[in-house]
Amino acid sequence: MSNFIQGKAGATTLLVGNEAIARGALEAGIKVAAAYPGTPATEIIHNLSKAATEHNLYVEWSANEKVAMEVAAAGSYAGLRSLTAMKQCGVNVTADFLIHLCLSGTRAGMVVVPCDDPGAVASINEEESRIFAQLAEVPLLEPSDAQEAKDMIKYAAELSEAIRNVVMVRSVTRLSHASGTVVLGEIPGVEPKAEFEHGGAPFDPEKGLVMPMPVTLKHQKQQEKLEQALVWFEKCPFNRYVGPDRPELLLVTSSVCYLYSKEAIERLSVQNRVGILKLGSTWPLPPELMERHLRLSDRILVVEETLPVMENNLKALAMDLAPKVGIKTFYGKGDGLLPRVGELNVDRVTTAIAETLDIPYRSPASDRYRLRAQEIAAEGAPARPLTFCPGCPHRASLWSITRVLEMDNRKGFVCGDIGCYAMDLFGSGFGVTKTIHAMGSGTGLASGFGKLSTFGMTQPVLSVCGDSTFFHAAMPALVNAIHNQSNITMVVLDNSGTAMTGFQPHPGLKEDAVGNEVPAIDIAQVCRAMGARVEICDPFDPDETQRVLLDLIDEEDGVKVLILKQICALSPEKKGRKQYDVSVEESVCIGEACGCNRLCTRILKCPGLVWDAVRGKARIDDALCVGCGFCASICPLGAITRKEAA
Amino acid sequence: MNNVKLAVDPFNLIIAGVGGQGNVLASRLLGQTLLRKGLFVTIGESFGGNQRGGSVSSHMRISSESTYSPLVPYNSAHVVIGLEATETFRILTEYGNPEVNVICNTRPIHSVKVISGESKYPEPEEIQGWMAELSAQCWFLDATDEAMKLGSPIYGNIIMIGALGAVGGLPLDRETFRAVIAETIAPEKLEVNLKAFDLGRSMVS
Repeated sequence: MSNFIQGKAGATTLLVGNEAIARGALEAGIKVAAAYPGTPATEIIHNLSKAATEHNLYVEWSANEKVAMEVAAAGSYAGLRSLTAMKQCGVNVTADFLIHLCLSGTRAGMVVVPCDDPGAVASINEEESRIFAQLAEVPLLEPSDAQEAKDMIKYAAELSEAIRNVVMVRSVTRLSHASGTVVLGEIPGVEPKAEFEHGGAPFDPEKGLVMPMPVTLKHQKQQEKLEQALVWFEKCPFNRYVGPDRPELLLVTSSVCYLYSKEAIERLSVQNRVGILKLGSTWPLPPELMERHLRLSDRILVVEETLPVMENNLKALAMDLAPKVGIKTFYGKGDGLLPRVGELNVDRVTTAIAETLDIPYRSPASDRYRLRAQEIAAEGAPARPLTFCPGCPHRASLWSITRVLEMDNRKGFVCGDIGCYAMDLFGSGFGVTKTIHAMGSGTGLASGFGKLSTFGMTQPVLSVCGDSTFFHAAMPALVNAIHNQSNITMVVLDNSGTAMTGFQPHPGLKEDAVGNEVPAIDIAQVCRAMGARVEICDPFDPDETQRVLLDLIDEEDGVKVLILKQICALSPEKKGRKQYDVSVEESVCIGEACGCNRLCTRILKCPGLVWDAVRGKARIDDALCVGCGFCASICPLGAITRKEAA
Repeated sequence: MNNVKLAVDPFNLIIAGVGGQGNVLASRLLGQTLLRKGLFVTIGESFGGNQRGGSVSSHMRISSESTYSPLVPYNSAHVVIGLEATETFRILTEYGNPEVNVICNTRPIHSVKVISGESKYPEPEEIQGWMAELSAQCWFLDATDEAMKLGSPIYGNIIMIGALGAVGGLPLDRETFRAVIAETIAPEKLEVNLKAFDLGRSMVS
């Protein structure tokens, strides 16, 4: 389905939020788009890569978010509209460049799309990227549905070009990953020529140098640009008021919270008592628009997710406006009515409005029904934790790491990183991973731990990271460990792709975002050139992997790198192709009597290998087994057999 | 736009299942079909860990009036399509109510807890009893088994969509569905998909 590329102007279609953003980029005439993959932002660039040839775009998967933003900025400086998108954690990676970029200013329109994840549906934090717009002193827009997500990209590109600075359009998981009805617009057929003008006077923003200096002058300009943006925001088409002329309560909201709020008011049938001011432009707040609406009511409820960003800005503005509009009473995060953690939904907003208006709100189902449903689910819906896929090489790698650290018996541990292998921390892994933070942080932490022998620390220190993470942020940590002679073993779990987000290419692969052949950078060569001892094993060969790893952690000095190379079980190259036919020899498996304590099904826990409680034996589930053959090498009795698949 | 009116507006539908079952594709086919009837459709989907054995649900909000939020309010589902029975119970805990209709595929998918022997998967009789207790009406379909007779388990979701058409509440006619399928998939697969749609319809009527 490529409605987002082919759909004609005026057509109505169903688009996922990220498809709508990609379509918006096409309609905005964006020519350069770059990102590093990260849920929930990935599909924006993924979709643009599919449109790249037809619409003559430059689209790349960059090594990390900061480089992606730099690549997009180059487009802007050369006169091409550009876009970069990232998950909320990615904004942190861009931060240093972002701040200087916004001080320098841009030329052709440049749109930055951070996708936040309130409730941490697909993240290990629920960070607030809206604060970055304030920090970088650039305008911020927040779409509430797929239609606005598309339309705002064009508006943002035009605003950016008018004020000559970055404009941020902030999405959230519930928008990026929701589908909605969208009416398409025109895709312009313009083909701008790229040229970086630099021959003018040094401080000429159009033809001179691009730099943040002289700082106070540029900072002054930056703030004037925000003033200019306010002129746009005073009549921004994405801001609107719906409600009575004199509402008892004015609800101010933005993003998907607008849809929650609208529905909550309907459910309570208080359309005559509550008015909604829905804002699309949320930073800086347009003072004249706010003054007009603050006059409507003395009670203001601000509905937004996680931190009270809009609420605090509005309170500050209301203080300035108090002589004109009077003193207001605010409800929201400040008084604890709405939570500062987790995502909102219709029910939470309904409850907040009901409480503010002091009216009853009852659940559509009785307490008895809900209690019974919970009882039934407790018994009838066994927990379904995330787990490594059948045939996942990470399961095999972490199995061997766990065995080696057990054999070594010095309380060794693994510093974890961002990728599917982080599932080792949960119940369905082996629990050998003990830390997890940001991209590349596993090796950085290991670098520190590996220097603590001076203070008597004798534990072996390991780090893990994936191949894409290696290029993103683990390389500087590895350089640091080598240069400072830290005693660590870094295990690179190389599964040939950015697997967790859907196999986007990275610098270690031979193909780029649009399928062109590109030079692949070899991880082993990089590590050797840095000065590490490097070994390469196949994690599906546990004996060799464990022998080599044991040898590496026994070596006292310096940095050792073990590359465990095996392609992801879900990789398009591998999917549907079995290397082995695996079976359990029923006469050999003696089940509970074995003494192995069901090593295969209770400890290894591959979904393709199940415990048949009736027969008291292990069994291969042919529908799920992908034929990696790893389990055959761990059965102490050799009851699991594998033969090359035909 | 056809200006189709819904008896219940917005209509709240949840498709409950496990990562890898084709939940997302099913909701999009359904969404495209309803969009062609002139309805506003919002689908909230949980991505992320969905290919790694976790629970996945798609929330669909269908309205002739306007766009609704991508999450169904608590205890407010009108129909739950259960691609997996135990996942259906999980959804009913938050979104069920005595008036909800349930269409459930009988094929179990064991979680890692069941595989490792830590948890027990309920018996078919237990599942049927509990489902009846928590719904106004429920239909159990051997959709995966029937789909395999058609050549592949992937047609199971089309069978479920066909069944939804027969349960009522939404304008899901064969012609509109045919047009969407024709636009979405390879032409040689059109007939088998329509066969699955018809089969689903006949399984509940």
